[in-house]
Amino acid sequence: MRLINRHPDRPSRLLLVILPFALLLCAYFLGSAQRLAENPNDKLLPSAVQMSDAVKRMAFTEDKRSGGYLLWQDTASSLQRLAIGLGVSALLGLCLGIASGALPLFSAPLSPLLVVLSMVPPLAILPILFIVFGLGELSKVMLIVIGITPILARDLEQRARELPVELLIKAQTLGASTWTLILRVILPQLLPRLLISLRLVLGSAWLFLIAAEAIASEDGLGYRIFLVRRYLAMDVILPYVVWITLLAWLMDWGLKRLTRRAFPWYEGARP
Amino acid sequence: MSFIQVRNVWQQYGDHVVLEGLDLDIAEGEFCTLVGTSGCGKSTFLRLLLGQEQASRGQILLDGQPLAGEPDASRGVVFQRYSVFPHLRVLDNVALGLELPHAPLLGRLFGQRKRAAREQAAGLLHKVGLGHALEKYPAQLSGGMQQRLAIAQALIMKPRVLLLDEPFGALDPGIRKDMHALLLDLWRETQLTVFMVTHDLSEGFTLGTRLMVFDKVRVDPHAPTAYGARITYDLPLNPDRRATRAAVASLPAALLGTLQAH
Repeated sequence: MRLINRHPDRPSRLLLVILPFALLLCAYFLGSAQRLAENPNDKLLPSAVQMSDAVKRMAFTEDKRSGGYLLWQDTASSLQRLAIGLGVSALLGLCLGIASGALPLFSAPLSPLLVVLSMVPPLAILPILFIVFGLGELSKVMLIVIGITPILARDLEQRARELPVELLIKAQTLGASTWTLILRVILPQLLPRLLISLRLVLGSAWLFLIAAEAIASEDGLGYRIFLVRRYLAMDVILPYVVWITLLAWLMDWGLKRLTRRAFPWYEGARP
Repeated sequence: MSFIQVRNVWQQYGDHVVLEGLDLDIAEGEFCTLVGTSGCGKSTFLRLLLGQEQASRGQILLDGQPLAGEPDASRGVVFQRYSVFPHLRVLDNVALGLELPHAPLLGRLFGQRKRAAREQAAGLLHKVGLGHALEKYPAQLSGGMQQRLAIAQALIMKPRVLLLDEPFGALDPGIRKDMHALLLDLWRETQLTVFMVTHDLSEGFTLGTRLMVFDKVRVDPHAPTAYGARITYDLPLNPDRRATRAAVASLPAALLGTLQAH
């Protein structure tokens, strides 16, 4: 049988899903055990015990200096920045995308501008953001917004253009004005696509967040990782990275569920 | 003066002439079927009637007034595909036509008015045989059911002109027959003027009270796009139905109302 026609059955599929993760963990802990056996003070590949001690210290012990629980504080402030950044970007991207994708008069000035803006490397203008918006929360949120909005806007512009022209004509014969056409036909059909684009830019959003936190911040997951780097504290960095990955994965999963829940027509309606 | 007057209409895209010198008078209540080879301009003519495109030369008058230059509620349309809104349930697809013109701000009605709109929509949907599917999404319907929905959606606006662009082109022959019966029933009940583009000549002959054949009269083999299509045959059909329609139209309005109620 050709490889292309062979499908795993349920149990072997589960096994195949777990296998690469298990192999990775295995390789890590073998390497860690070997290095620690040679040098008990090795910091590069901490053991599971060392990491769980670090997690206990960061997440479940009160910090002596600040009196809080560091992991949760970092998580809260990072997630807040991320949520505001993503929310503002989604709103802006939606408005720009619809204006540019549905209205030819707006498309002429907006579309080329969006293409150029999306080519500006956001990290390159991070210093400008710090100069203009100061070192506070605003500049970190702005980095996410500036980095992600053009991508979302361009994607939604494209999706809006892909809506069959027949639907727009039909809506006009049903008495829609431009405004109600956007409100009742274009916007609802773009919302599930917005959620999908959001899932795709989640990775970049985290990248910009951590970059901004690493450079100027007083808390946050990215700040903590870059802070403890000075002490080579891999036992803290690795659990933080795993935690960030888990959070990002959960957000992706949540958005996927939300798309299915809120827009049941979407999956079946695609041509 | 006839209901729709087409006066020396030309349509060309750059050097490509699609239609040339169309002159037509169409009475109200006529069922016109437009046939011809692919690319002969019958769909272009439909788009001109719809207001989706403007004629390069000449003009089209509706009731003596030039046609509005963009699609509006006076002309309903059913396309071969993508005629219904995938994100709305069947009932809302039809109720939308009652909501949009009366809610300029939000495009939707609330409370009592919303209930009334949905009731009216449900009534029409029962009539076209979709009473069992009010809460389904269009993607859950078969092709024939989707076209029934598209027709109901167009008719809820009570347009004076209904434009059909190969509406049954993608349907099975059996389903097509049902759709013909439905369409003729609806046409008899309303005062609709119908224009229907079709590839199927027999469909054109059975349904229409007037059949128009689009074809090129002049062909230059060295410049195939230099001349456009004209209407080469314009045949009155189905005189019995024409006569019935004329007789009904001459009845006093009050009597007509009671007749149509049955």
